[in-house]
Amino acid sequence: MINEYRTIRNIVGPLLLVEEVEGVKYEELVEVRLSNGEKRKGKVIELENDTALVQVFQGTAGIDIPRTSVSFLGKGVELKVSGDIIGRVFNGFGDPIDGGPEILPEKEMDINGLPLNPCAREYPNEFIETGISAIDGLNPLIRGQKLPIFSGSGLPHNRLAAQIARQARVLDSDENFAVIFGAMGITYEESEFFRREFEDSGVLRKSVLFINLADDPAVERIATPRVAMTAAEYLAFEKGMHILVILTDFTNYCEALREIASARKEIPGRRGYPGYLYTDLASIYERSCRIKNREGSITLVPVLTMPEDDKTHPIPDLTGYITEGQIVLSRSLYRKNITPPIDVLPSLSRLKDKGIGEEKTREDHGDLSNQLFAAYARGKEMQELALILGESSLSETDRIYYRFSEEFEKKFVSQDFYEKRSIIDTLDLGWSLLEMFPDRELKRIGEALKERYFRKENHGRNS
Amino acid sequence: MDKFGKIQKVSGPLVIAGGMTGSRMYDVVRVGERRLLGEIIELNEDRASIQVYEDTAGLGTGEDIEFVDEPLSVELGPGLLGSIFDGIQRPLDKLLEGDGDYIVRGADIPALDRERKWEFKPLVKAGDSVREGDIIGTVSETELIEHRIMVPFRCSGTVEEIKDGDLTVTDTVCIIRGNDNQMHELAMRQTWPVRIPRRYVKKLFPGEILTSGQRVIDSLFPVAKGGTACIPGPFGSGKTVVQHQLAKWADADIIVYIGCGERGNEMTSVLQEFPELKDPNTGQPLMKRTVLIANTSNMPVAAREASVYTGITVAEYFRDMGYSVALMADSTSRWAEAMREISGSLEEMPGEEGYPAYLSSRVADFYERAGRVRCCGTEGREGNLTVIGAVSPAGGDLSDPVVQATLRVVKVFWSLEDKLAFARHFPAISWLRSYSLYEETLDRYLKEKVSPDFPENRKRIVYILEKEDELAEIVRLVGADSLGGQDRLLLKTARIIREDFLHQNAFNSDDTFSPLVLQNFIMSVILFYHDLLMDAVNSGVDFGAIENPETDEIISKLKFSKDLNQEYLTGIYDEIKSGVNNLRKGGAGD
Repeated sequence: MINEYRTIRNIVGPLLLVEEVEGVKYEELVEVRLSNGEKRKGKVIELENDTALVQVFQGTAGIDIPRTSVSFLGKGVELKVSGDIIGRVFNGFGDPIDGGPEILPEKEMDINGLPLNPCAREYPNEFIETGISAIDGLNPLIRGQKLPIFSGSGLPHNRLAAQIARQARVLDSDENFAVIFGAMGITYEESEFFRREFEDSGVLRKSVLFINLADDPAVERIATPRVAMTAAEYLAFEKGMHILVILTDFTNYCEALREIASARKEIPGRRGYPGYLYTDLASIYERSCRIKNREGSITLVPVLTMPEDDKTHPIPDLTGYITEGQIVLSRSLYRKNITPPIDVLPSLSRLKDKGIGEEKTREDHGDLSNQLFAAYARGKEMQELALILGESSLSETDRIYYRFSEEFEKKFVSQDFYEKRSIIDTLDLGWSLLEMFPDRELKRIGEALKERYFRKENHGRNS
Repeated sequence: MDKFGKIQKVSGPLVIAGGMTGSRMYDVVRVGERRLLGEIIELNEDRASIQVYEDTAGLGTGEDIEFVDEPLSVELGPGLLGSIFDGIQRPLDKLLEGDGDYIVRGADIPALDRERKWEFKPLVKAGDSVREGDIIGTVSETELIEHRIMVPFRCSGTVEEIKDGDLTVTDTVCIIRGNDNQMHELAMRQTWPVRIPRRYVKKLFPGEILTSGQRVIDSLFPVAKGGTACIPGPFGSGKTVVQHQLAKWADADIIVYIGCGERGNEMTSVLQEFPELKDPNTGQPLMKRTVLIANTSNMPVAAREASVYTGITVAEYFRDMGYSVALMADSTSRWAEAMREISGSLEEMPGEEGYPAYLSSRVADFYERAGRVRCCGTEGREGNLTVIGAVSPAGGDLSDPVVQATLRVVKVFWSLEDKLAFARHFPAISWLRSYSLYEETLDRYLKEKVSPDFPENRKRIVYILEKEDELAEIVRLVGADSLGGQDRLLLKTARIIREDFLHQNAFNSDDTFSPLVLQNFIMSVILFYHDLLMDAVNSGVDFGAIENPETDEIISKLKFSKDLNQEYLTGIYDEIKSGVNNLRKGGAGD
């Protein structure tokens, strides 16, 4: 039953109010035909008696009241998928924009997906090597995890994200791996940067790009992460592939959400963001997973820029409550020329314990990373103390911590954006940094491991 | 009962329907062609506002609303333990078998398995007179728990007939001739509306400690059986780990764990770990005493609002059997946010931060369902229900309305600090800000059951930590060298307390659970060491000379002690004494 209505009553921001409709369903896909023949997509976001409130994804510019027609398509918002989407570039709504042919769909999937039954989940436990020491060594990424990058404007989160996309692999194999990249409201330059990075490194052949640029309609951004996650679910669980999804920038997404909420005159929550922001973000983030008895996996790395570097802003705050940890970038490290400027202390990977250790990475990984954390934390404290009292006021042991924290930043955290360190190199590097400590200071490392690894490399080199 | 209304408006999880005359507040309805479950939360003339417990996509105006004529209820009976339910008590494991990996809408599977037979052992015989709450028989539900079948509320009379043997939950097990001469057929399955607290004879004061095996909790900020506690903290501070630790090691008979709007993988980890972890007292898998309620953050938001009520009703049911029950809700903030979302779509006047004005009364109602009670029933058995809620304040800011509403009603406050978590000090419970109002109540119990010096030890430990905080200011300004020997010793002891006593590794199998006796022993030894060194300092030994890593090391290994026999205990004290004596000799030589 496809009816065409010309009964628009009013237009507010991205929303149309259509009257005298019949048989319309909540969240139904809508096609809007402008007087010049242009077609746009939208969805029903509220129904009351015979009026429907429609959110137009491409914005309402150019829509007039008397001549624009609206039809309801009898299905939800869907994405056409097939194995051929790999290597292609789409807009934020899933239409090809790379000049290639249309996708011959194998099936059409609702972009909202369905909630996964918690009983169906497989607990993520496979280590992904990103080749970046601060991540692999201390806050490792695990297959099926959602691990966001908390950044600030002007920090090199894009280069870090691109590096992860280029280098990520699972230790024993890299079969059947693909990257899905979703851009929400980023600039043309940023998007070109990713496209070129992917092209130069050959990742593009194994990736799917969904691009919504800063000058594209903001409402389309609401669909982009869902479209990307739908493509990921298709490739992961129907094609058995391991998918790394990178979505950037969630701050823009949330702004778009706020825009619509205020157009609907909803009661705002904190800082004007809608009260359901948590639920909305969760409906995207929680789609990363592993499923029992199914081959593939979805690992999600969302990127967001914290307004004013404020971690308590609703966007990073709610994100942190949903995701399994976070990688935090620090402006002061960046100014000290440490790249990637990963601040390891507030960073965290919640799934770390199940993904590392013997048979996964190396037996010493857990203890070593705890020790590095503890030593760096104390070293940072000493740096602060030294700032007030001067370095000479520190005790001899504290001075070692002080020195360690500087070395650690320079040698361990810092690495080139094109340098790929294997996990073994990363761990060995950690041990060699710990060498400046006397034995008794390494309280977090078991005796047996100390016996096997501590100062061993060094002896080897000397002889 | 075929009454129908019509949908007039759909907006998110809220549906407004007309033609609803005759429906009651908080009654359940079936919404639309897919018969989605909903609950009436507002009535206005013939219009009803309905919160729908499933995704409303695909609903249209004009679709039918079917009246069910009963409030939202849970099923109670054998088969609850070891199960995982969603917020409206649909069994998730059964849904998985039936519908596949994703949760499809309109699924309608009863909470308790209708096919499964349980061996019912009667405790009463025909002719016995019984009243509400009396136990008529038992079922050995798991190796750990005997499920006691009780006479439902508002039913008393004489037993006409009682069965014996393998029966399903819906089979009649007992017929009671009521005092009004009416016949009541009882099955093992009962239902109870979730929003109404189950009845009891009277509330009693809590007096026994809920041992959790977590040193900072049991020793410094204990919670009583039947008490209430909350754990607020920013993300990454380890709320969920603390909740999981409590669910694993708390010495309650039954654990009800509500995953309310949290991560799917966290429920998965509980589902994977609990069947493997053994109860320290019985050696049986922990899952056999656990009921899980899961509404993960991507599941429908209205069911999140219901999930805490579902959980606490199940918990009360086991309490009524005379068990000691502990309920963990992670996280109550998501529950409050669900309330806010629904209140927003009802266009109610918002209170603080957009939360509804009734937030604090709902929070208070929820925590008041905890308690140690005399249960209904002739024998006058006692049960208790401890409620521990996690709170996730926005930005970690404790002025958050949910935290404040919670702190007004709970008796124990475990404040998690991200600063501690960054330094990887876990559990990241702040020893300066947390409190327990059960301290004094429990002191008598601890003196009797653990050791007479327990309360005194705690007081001294807290004092040293408090003093350390004061001194830290000075150290920050002028450096530790400027302090006198006594103060420097105090700083040293405080460090030992933090690193070797408060710090506890949940992932180390030897450290994850500390018995009360061990906790007290570590405190005693640390204080003993402190006193000896203090003597030394007071008699003029230079502080630099009393730094002895070897004796410190004895203390750092205490938490791994296995067998606390007298010989071992004296051995430790002797070692420390001789360690300090050697120091004094060395120090005197300078």
